Amino acid sequence: MDSALIPKGVKRCSFFQFMGGLGVVSLVLLWGVYAMLLCWIKGLNQTNMNDYYGFALWIWADLGVIALGGGAFFTGLMKYVFGKDELKHIINFAVLIGFICYSSALLILAIDVGQPLRSWYIFWHANVHSMLTEVAFCLSCYFAVLTIEYIPLILENRQIDKVPFWHNLSHNMHTYMAVFAATGAFLSFFHQGSLGGVAGVMFGRPFAFREHLFIWPWTFFLFTWSAASYGPCFTIWLVRITEKITGKKLVRETAIQLLAKLAGWMMFTYIIAKIIDTIYWATVTVPGMGFTLADFYTNNAFYGYWILFAELVLCGVVPALMLVTPKIRQNPIGLFIAVTLGVIGVSLNRWVMVLQALAIPVMSFDQWVLYIPSWQEVATTILPVAYGVILVMISYRYLPVFPNEAELNPLAPETPPVVEAQTEEDGETQDAPEPEMAPAEA
Amino acid sequence: MKQTGDNGKAQRFGMVIDLDKCTGCGSCMVACQAENNVPFREDESDKTLSITWMRIYRLTNGKSFPDAEICYLPRPCQHCDGLHEGHSPCVSVCPATATDYDGLTGIVSQIYTRCFGCRYCMAACPYHARHFNWWDPVWPKGMEQYLNPDISVRMRGIVEKCGFCFQRYQKALEKAHMQGRRELEEHEYQTSCTQACPAGAIVFGDLRNPHHKVHQLAQPDFKKHGRPKNPMAFRLLEELGTNTKIYYLSSKKWVREAGHNPSVMDKPEEHH
Repeated sequence: MDSALIPKGVKRCSFFQFMGGLGVVSLVLLWGVYAMLLCWIKGLNQTNMNDYYGFALWIWADLGVIALGGGAFFTGLMKYVFGKDELKHIINFAVLIGFICYSSALLILAIDVGQPLRSWYIFWHANVHSMLTEVAFCLSCYFAVLTIEYIPLILENRQIDKVPFWHNLSHNMHTYMAVFAATGAFLSFFHQGSLGGVAGVMFGRPFAFREHLFIWPWTFFLFTWSAASYGPCFTIWLVRITEKITGKKLVRETAIQLLAKLAGWMMFTYIIAKIIDTIYWATVTVPGMGFTLADFYTNNAFYGYWILFAELVLCGVVPALMLVTPKIRQNPIGLFIAVTLGVIGVSLNRWVMVLQALAIPVMSFDQWVLYIPSWQEVATTILPVAYGVILVMISYRYLPVFPNEAELNPLAPETPPVVEAQTEEDGETQDAPEPEMAPAEA
Repeated sequence: MKQTGDNGKAQRFGMVIDLDKCTGCGSCMVACQAENNVPFREDESDKTLSITWMRIYRLTNGKSFPDAEICYLPRPCQHCDGLHEGHSPCVSVCPATATDYDGLTGIVSQIYTRCFGCRYCMAACPYHARHFNWWDPVWPKGMEQYLNPDISVRMRGIVEKCGFCFQRYQKALEKAHMQGRRELEEHEYQTSCTQACPAGAIVFGDLRNPHHKVHQLAQPDFKKHGRPKNPMAFRLLEELGTNTKIYYLSSKKWVREAGHNPSVMDKPEEHH
């Protein structure tokens, strides 16, 4: 039914099978939309947040998806600025994932604030000293950049590309893509960093607070660094999952290996910096503020030293070593385990910087407060996941997201009956032969 | 037009709360709630959702009878100055300048019509002095007639907190201006909790004015970010550099040590 929209040279499931899958995911999406409407109509009393947990699951999800979406800016930076041309085989997917992550983050923020209609005050009454202001500005600008990066991919749809205007627009956008990639990397440095700064500047919260370099706490640099390290892991992780679901090899292994290697070395250097930061924080910063490390990891039912070990060692040192070791990286299972651990690691880091920071009592006569999200919070957090799956499904079906797909999965030579079938298509065969899906520039 | 205190300097309004006198009766909380139109719900059993601009904590020395001791600690907004003026934990982080530091009075304000409810200020405040309106305020029938017309009620989805009854300051200042005066007498501007305390445990005034009782009781050393010279006085979490304007007095060492960590605070003095 929709074969005219599907890129040439690739095979897709039947339209009804596709719609069936879309329908199932849409049900999850609708569940999330219902919860979202409840939050907007009835207010944030629909959540289990309270005056101790002003930031909770949503802010974690926000920080998480922005870190995981870091694969887009890092891949773009490596390809366009540092000339790692091999990454052109994965850049489209990285941009798509980045677009999904950042649009999800904006959606979650729109649900999270108490007065969404006043959100523009952050720009109008901007407090230039607030890290959140920097986040808002850079995040919005970078989302615009990601949209610009995603548009050429849409324009490469078989039917849209036939229109000369769209074809030329797409071509011209490709010409300037390096400028957008560089802008994206610049903006990402600041918003990833300022998200780290959100926690690091809170000098009333010794768990989150870090020493500064000029106006930037160490978390500023660590967040950017970790997004550049773990974001590509998420891109690779999703490539592998998509390959598993479609049963096809979608990206050239050389591109995956190069990205994994770069991510591995970034992670290796990041985790060294993070360990140094943790040691300095635990031995100098925290005692200087009248606390001990034990104050943050004992006397409560959930947060123990295990979480520190899991973040730094199990999901930090281990995947970093796995990715920088060629033998393990080149092993499909080894690579998948490493990127999975990486994805968990950065999610854990964002979790502790948001939720553990607020769980810890600061006044000696105060107490630990733990929190379990309400179903509305869970549903609205799953909502962007469902939205992401839908966008990947649609993009994969109709757009050249994986430029090597046709080459890596050659279709069986067409037999005469197929030729007959082609003539039945509504006028398509009258057109000049279209090129098969070729590597895109972005 | 520069408004100054009667000693010719910008004022720093603050409070001294004598914990030896506080009985934990809660009058200050009730007075605060009535004065500032603080909303409440039918079920207030979950204190993490209660809006309490003034909240009383119950401290114990952890010992059993007969050595057990109890102390009640009223906690309003601490109106932090930070280590450089106006660098309060909350003011510095608010993205929309919805909470502000007034350089003339030292009061940390909350602009309800500008707050869009991101709650970053709540996360940054270690005293839990900031409260979010999880619900729209609903007043029992007829009670809306008792609301204070000098302060707006707040809507759902924004943060609110103690403002040192700023509306009283504005009223007192207007009255003084009508009488041709630029400065206020100590008694002309007092918070509702101060006036309601039956034990006289709360004292309010200009910390920079040597004639004001708060100055005499706390003896703030402004060369050391307002650190109290009175050995019986302390400020909550002084070691974090919040530089609060609420001073507590207690004759009991365990109470003072529950409020701050003197071992950390003493270090800079030894070095300098």
